[in-house]
Amino acid sequence: MQYWNPSCECMSREEMEKLQTERLIETVKRIYHNVPAYREKMQKKGIEPGDIKTLDDLKKLPFTYKDDLRDTYPYGMFAAPLSEIVRIHASSGTTGKQTVVGYTRKDIDTWSEVTARTLVSAGADKHSLIQVAYGYGLFTGGLGIHYGAERIGASVIPISGGNTKRQIQIMKDFGTTILACTPSYALYMAEEMEELGIKKEDLKLKAGVFGAEQWSENMRKEIEERLGIMAIDIYGLSEIIGPGVSTECCCKCGLHVQEDHFIPEIIDPVTEEVLPPGSKGELVFSTITKEGIPLLRYRTRDISSLNYEKCECGRTTVRMSKVSGRTDDMLTIRGVNVFPSQIESVLLEFGDTAPHYLLIVDRIDNLDVLEIWVEMNQQLFSDQVKKIEDSEKKIRKAIEETLGISATVKLVEPKTIERSEGKAKRVIDKRKF
Amino acid sequence: MLVKQISVFLENKSGRLAEVTQILAESNIDISALSIADTTDFGILRLIVNDPETAEKALKDNGFTVSCCDVIAVSVPDEPGGLAKALKALEAESIGIEYMYAFVGKAENEALVIFRIDNPEKAVEMLEKAGVKVLSSDTVYKL
Repeated sequence: MQYWNPSCECMSREEMEKLQTERLIETVKRIYHNVPAYREKMQKKGIEPGDIKTLDDLKKLPFTYKDDLRDTYPYGMFAAPLSEIVRIHASSGTTGKQTVVGYTRKDIDTWSEVTARTLVSAGADKHSLIQVAYGYGLFTGGLGIHYGAERIGASVIPISGGNTKRQIQIMKDFGTTILACTPSYALYMAEEMEELGIKKEDLKLKAGVFGAEQWSENMRKEIEERLGIMAIDIYGLSEIIGPGVSTECCCKCGLHVQEDHFIPEIIDPVTEEVLPPGSKGELVFSTITKEGIPLLRYRTRDISSLNYEKCECGRTTVRMSKVSGRTDDMLTIRGVNVFPSQIESVLLEFGDTAPHYLLIVDRIDNLDVLEIWVEMNQQLFSDQVKKIEDSEKKIRKAIEETLGISATVKLVEPKTIERSEGKAKRVIDKRKF
Repeated sequence: MLVKQISVFLENKSGRLAEVTQILAESNIDISALSIADTTDFGILRLIVNDPETAEKALKDNGFTVSCCDVIAVSVPDEPGGLAKALKALEAESIGIEYMYAFVGKAENEALVIFRIDNPEKAVEMLEKAGVKVLSSDTVYKL
């Protein structure tokens, strides 16, 4: 089975554009009538739903930002009443406020469809045993892949993240054929396997669907070699639907966007002009089938480019290049999105002004580690060791609670953290992508 | 009767202590007593100097994190049981010691000890009542 839904995945450009146009027009209408915050944006630009007649009109529409979801927290961007929402997911926010998304029954159906296509791209079918080692819960990773796996009739092992030894034991004993997790976790598993004396030949693993963080071609090679599998990249974000927005096929030359549900654009993040195919810029998505929280021209802050040529695999859907960076300061650490400003808001709880801080991210033994340097100030200082260690512990705990990942905290002397033009550098990322 | 102690935050890296003493030397500060509490990552340098205000300002101006607190300086006879007498007096009143350190003074046959106690006024009263010699700040700064 090469495609899950060939009529959509191999649709001609002409047909696709016709379908997208119809769906876009409907979505604009629904949002205009049901989401006051976006209606106001349109009114400010002097646009009415009737002005959107072709795909080319998309660029007339105002952008949606992550801040719009935060400003209308929790349900302000929903276009369906809560009575029709069957699921709520959330992702971490920068100032403690989460980004909340809601799914109607039809949205869950769409989500299952796109993740089914993703898994089939990786070679899955109803005989596959799919081990979902993405986190289950408010994070969309686990459940998203889970639905796709059930949709194609595969056997799902919903193990969620963590407990690596058990993951490997189950992978071996149950005969897992497809692994879904973050790429760094896959490498970490490979490492643990070596320690446990389990060889790749002992496993039935054939492919891995890896995403939720940036990774390089070198990392792909290493994973493929050490686990003896095909490793493919999967992309998604909860605002758009979660995992399944786009995925690589066996050709591994760009991620096929599920265009019948999500229209991608590449823009210049500064001038906000739409850029031609092939140009690198910020990826912007418009959802055209979602009901719960349909978003128009959502600024992902991810840097990519688009390629409309037909792929060797036979799919005609546009391919986005592997995400190569961000237009903002967001970091992805162990699959979790982290903004430096989150650290700042935590530190503000410990005094009137936040001390200078620096995030040092590294990858040690294939696991992301976060160290936070905090410059000592008058408020944190004491002549007693136990009081300083106490503050250190409290900061570490508060950061863990806010970010959802552990970090080490190191108190450093004032002026240790380099300043440029009076502004401190907030992040040193030593990981190589 | 209380003595001002200056505390300085130091990272565990070479040259930091030398820098502190250099800054103090340039400000004409004489160090009477010194102690370092250290952990794996950082240390706290505690100093008794002849002019705490000037020392605090000089170090702060040079970017160090500095705080100032009151400590008690006592002089105990340099003989067995000398320190025990002072500690017993504090224990009798359930006064907890946050930390303490001894230092070599110039007076013969006397050991000088610094106590950091949360309620120092009461501690001084107890020590004096027990006949322990509590030193005035003037005396200590001149050491």
